[in-house]
Amino acid sequence: MVTEDRPVVSLERVRFRWPGQESDTVAIEELHLNAGEHLFVRGASGSGKTTLLNLLAGVHTPTSGEIRLLGTDLATLSPSQRDRFRADHLGVVFQQFNLLPYLTTLENVTLSCAFSSRKTDRASNSTGVAATARSLLKALNLADDLHTAPVATLSVGQQQRVAVARALIGSPEIVIADEPTSALDADNRDRFLSLLFQEVEAQRCTLIFVSHDPELANRFARSIELAEAGGELERES
Amino acid sequence: MNLLRIALKSARFRRTSLLLTVFSIAISVTLLLGVDKVRKETKTSFLNTVSQTDLIVGARSGPTNLLLYSVFRIGNATNNVTWETYETIAAQDEIAWTVPISLGDSHRGFRVMGTTTDYFDYYRYGDKRPLAFDVGQQFDEVYDTVLGADVASSLGYEVGDEVILSHGLVSADFADHDDKPFTVVGILDRTGTPVDRTVHVSLAGIEAIHIDWQGGGRSGVTLDAEQALKFDLTPTSITAFMVGLENRALTFRVQREVNDYQGEPMSAIIPGATLADFWRTISAVEQVLFVISGFVLVAGLLGMLTTILSTLNERRREIAVLRAIGARAAHVVLLIVLETLLVVVAGCIVGVAMLYGLLAIGRPIVTRRFGVDLAMSWLDPTQLLIMAGVIVGAVLVGLIPGFVAYRRSIQDGLDVRI
Ligand SMILES: Nc1ncnc2c1ncn2[C@@H]1O[C@H](COP(=O)(O)OP(=O)(O)O)[C@@H](O)[C@H]1O
Ligand SMILES: [Mg+2]
Repeated sequence: MVTEDRPVVSLERVRFRWPGQESDTVAIEELHLNAGEHLFVRGASGSGKTTLLNLLAGVHTPTSGEIRLLGTDLATLSPSQRDRFRADHLGVVFQQFNLLPYLTTLENVTLSCAFSSRKTDRASNSTGVAATARSLLKALNLADDLHTAPVATLSVGQQQRVAVARALIGSPEIVIADEPTSALDADNRDRFLSLLFQEVEAQRCTLIFVSHDPELANRFARSIELAEAGGELERES
Repeated sequence: MNLLRIALKSARFRRTSLLLTVFSIAISVTLLLGVDKVRKETKTSFLNTVSQTDLIVGARSGPTNLLLYSVFRIGNATNNVTWETYETIAAQDEIAWTVPISLGDSHRGFRVMGTTTDYFDYYRYGDKRPLAFDVGQQFDEVYDTVLGADVASSLGYEVGDEVILSHGLVSADFADHDDKPFTVVGILDRTGTPVDRTVHVSLAGIEAIHIDWQGGGRSGVTLDAEQALKFDLTPTSITAFMVGLENRALTFRVQREVNDYQGEPMSAIIPGATLADFWRTISAVEQVLFVISGFVLVAGLLGMLTTILSTLNERRREIAVLRAIGARAAHVVLLIVLETLLVVVAGCIVGVAMLYGLLAIGRPIVTRRFGVDLAMSWLDPTQLLIMAGVIVGAVLVGLIPGFVAYRRSIQDGLDVRI
């Protein structure tokens, strides 16, 4: 499905408006991302960053315009096909509360494979899903003794790294992250970003990272900015 | 990790709020099954108040009336059966045994029944159980009496005690047969039937205490206990008699012969059939009980619905995470339905455990007080059906929060705002 010349993510004239609102929350004329590209999306709170990610994840459907992921037009898929598509090809990291409190660290990571046999296959290529999860966690500086710990005992920084492991297991083509560093202090934030880039590059994922924090932009090759109201694409650098 | 394991772990994590719901379902299940159990055992016990007796014969009357006075000692016979007729019928070839009974007197609220020692040999109740003696033995002398278990326990009688019978059914000093006291020679084991509330004496004893009576009062001459023994104490009439046949297939034929008997008007009833008819008229109460426990179940299910709906709020993030990793609508609904299923299955298991626990504790008490044996048997098909109904009901109820959770997850998307 993935071909080199075709962009992994492609948006054209995408508009999204919440029912009852006067203006579009998201309005993007054109956006194309190739395999392995990292995009930083900056926008103030309320500018529609999360809404954009919901559109990319196929949780919401645009009011108009076209979103293609890996060459597939999401509009041609039924809701449950979009859910399946998300399970197979996407990894998601939230701002916080990424983990299920009743599962161990390791179970939270392997949970990603629960709804995707594709991810299960890809994660279990040589050593099995659990072993893959363990090595991912280790690569993200999470020691063995944390793997079976209840997630409530983990610090916020550790929890966010577990979320990255969960997003990356099974090597999805696309990873979307919704302000994953906003709950971290500056030191933690920088270490987190380094680890995130390291693993995303190792798996050659396409990364879309949204944040209100302009300081992060310089760590990305590409970045765009969302306007406060109307969501018009402002500039690309 | 499949959805069932997720549902299990999630439910275990929130067990405190769910345990209460499990308990309320358990109570409904215990109640429903308990009512069903008691209903069935009561019915069995009622229908077996008399067993192995093929016919009961008395003066012509309605079947229920005959049943009531001969078996339950309730009400009165309008007429008697003469001793000659009794002997004629008892002598027929088809008839294996007969037990005559003679009613009309009482002792401090308990009915007195004159009969023969055949009564102790042939009378059966419950599952063909014969009468057994707690202490003492059958009556032998004219002034001997054998007491039912309730009579002895509530009046505090022991073997060797003296008992004064009263004429008629109300105790009044002027109507006491105090000139001819009886001696307790035996006390029966508890049966859970009207036998427990009966004072048994021989037919000759009944005859002896009435020898100087005419109609409702004393005649002019008085004869003391010793003098009475000198007379012929063969009764002139009895109230009714129980019949055992050589061959049960003859029941209807003998019944017809008795009903058509030329000498005097009589009725013969088949006790099992009449008991069943009678049960039908009094069993409305059990239906009401059943309906009430049904409402308790509905209340339990509604309680579960509110609990599960209220947990949805704290589960929004959990569901957003699952949606983000690709859970579909069906998964979200199923997750919630699985939780209701877990709750209700746990409720059923706890409910059944409580039922058997209560049975184990309550069985001796119920047997002693009501004579109904709540046997520790496996759940029968109706009870399994009741539980299946509870589970299906819970799944249907669980669909409601299931769809609510899915609709919310669509609204929430990947980011749950608190
Ligand atoms: N579920 C919703 N229903 C209606 N309006 C919403 C909903 N979610 C977000 N919005 C609107 O969309 C705008 C953008 O929200 P969001 O995408 O969460 O912004 P950001 O993530 O950049 O803070 C908000 O101003 C809000 O009014
Ligand atoms: Mg947001």
